[in-house]
Amino acid sequence: MDGYYAWMIVATALVLMMTTPGLALFYGGMTRAKSVLNMMMMSYVAMAVVGIVYVLWGWSESFGPKSVAGGLFADPFTLFGLKDVAWGSYVGVCFQLTFAVITAALISGAIADRVKLSSWVVFLPLWVTLCYFPLAHMVWGGGWISTHLAAQDYAGGTVVHINAGVAGGVLALIIGRRVGFMRDPMKPHNLTLTMIGAGLLWFGWYGFNVGSIVLTGKTDAANTQQFMSETGVTFLNTTIATMAAMLAWLAMERVMHGKATSLGAASGIVAGLVAITPSCGAVNVVGAIGIGAVAGAACAYAVGLKFRFNLDDSLDVVGVHLVGGVVGTVLIGFLSTSAAPGGIDGLFYGGGLTSLGHQAGAAGISIVWTGVFTTLIGLAIKYTIGWRVAEDDEVDGIDFAEHGESAYDLDGRSGGVRTPVPAAHVKSPVSEGAMA
Amino acid sequence: MKLVTAVIKPHKWEEVREALETFGVTGMTVSEVSGYGRQKGHTEVYRGAEYDIALVPKIRIEIVADDGDTDDIVGIIQKTAQTGRIGDGKVWVMPVETVVRVRTGDRDTAAL
Repeated sequence: MDGYYAWMIVATALVLMMTTPGLALFYGGMTRAKSVLNMMMMSYVAMAVVGIVYVLWGWSESFGPKSVAGGLFADPFTLFGLKDVAWGSYVGVCFQLTFAVITAALISGAIADRVKLSSWVVFLPLWVTLCYFPLAHMVWGGGWISTHLAAQDYAGGTVVHINAGVAGGVLALIIGRRVGFMRDPMKPHNLTLTMIGAGLLWFGWYGFNVGSIVLTGKTDAANTQQFMSETGVTFLNTTIATMAAMLAWLAMERVMHGKATSLGAASGIVAGLVAITPSCGAVNVVGAIGIGAVAGAACAYAVGLKFRFNLDDSLDVVGVHLVGGVVGTVLIGFLSTSAAPGGIDGLFYGGGLTSLGHQAGAAGISIVWTGVFTTLIGLAIKYTIGWRVAEDDEVDGIDFAEHGESAYDLDGRSGGVRTPVPAAHVKSPVSEGAMA
Repeated sequence: MKLVTAVIKPHKWEEVREALETFGVTGMTVSEVSGYGRQKGHTEVYRGAEYDIALVPKIRIEIVADDGDTDDIVGIIQKTAQTGRIGDGKVWVMPVETVVRVRTGDRDTAAL
């Protein structure tokens, strides 16, 4: 299965690209010009922090051999620092590492423009340890959900999107609204970045979904057969669900607000990808189009609700990832077909309510689990080191306050260099010319 | 001497500049500005959130000219910048007391 191995190397790099720069660009373009660097940094920093935590105890806690607490998580110390993990498994470890990274990075969109980098760095290891690794174990690592429910989650509707969506909503609530929310204009400052980000996410998502294949054959030939048919289904479903979601989002906002927008297209792409993530191996072509269309329309509607609840989920992590994740996870209960790789019939294919019950159960457990633990972490940070930058810094722009930089120098009127430059490094073209 | 200031639509700027250059205006100061008049702003919608954009981008041209040229310059700007729709802008003229050319120290008309 050297073909499979080569593909997994590529898939892992593709998923890494989803966070840096895909998600960073997607989010960065949607923030204001004074906070784009901080927004992008939250993704980049999540990559580094979560990645290192992952090889230390993340892999062990998610996929380690020793399931503890009735299958809620695996012992984080069994394979600590990848002890006793064979080199041949390293690409698999890295593939899963990139999933943990992007899930944590997704949360940053809900709390844009106002969080101290140091608090984010403290939050990341706590959150993946208490929320991501346990859910990954429960759903994929042989833990509680996989042993008690026949729920399908091909690439992370529960583990990634419901998980990040709930966490984003909880943190937005605990951390509070940005200064001037609903009063000052907070429109996206550069939608071309967002369009590029959405495109890169889509491209990278083939690694995410198609790379999530689990070979179950007893022989090499059986595995080859499975690999060369199942990847076609997941690739196609990922593609057409995303297309349907983009069109549905555009149609929805055309009706609700009068225009089909570029931000709507970018958002629809992500909503569709989110919803097809758990379901790409469960449904046929019609099911994929249906899931995409429902997700696009539902998320386009849902992103407006934050204004009604006065919740500053700044870049709609709840509206896109929680709603899209729930749509994709629960619709499996209706649209799943035994003709797809998952092999389970949903309500519309004569399977009755069984699948629907298992899907709703997995979604519900994920929501409760991450809701409880994110609340605990969020409050602990709030009442110790605190989450927010000073109000003045937030108003003036978090980029300068936290990083000492500004993203754009469009007029070039920044003034002279104050740092003295060593004389040896000063080259005068006039004197060189004279010497020549 | 007079200071002619004009605020015009950005896409008309190149046309206005050419017309003024043909007439013989040798220099001017140009800035990108924003403001509003009767044109008002507009509304933009992002993921369903509406934003009132009060300010409209414009180009501001400033020319210091001899008294005798002022009416022609105002006329040229008015004709070339015109589209006939709301938002074409304004031109106004103010008296100028003194002008100095920084390089030579020339004063007033010699400095133009």
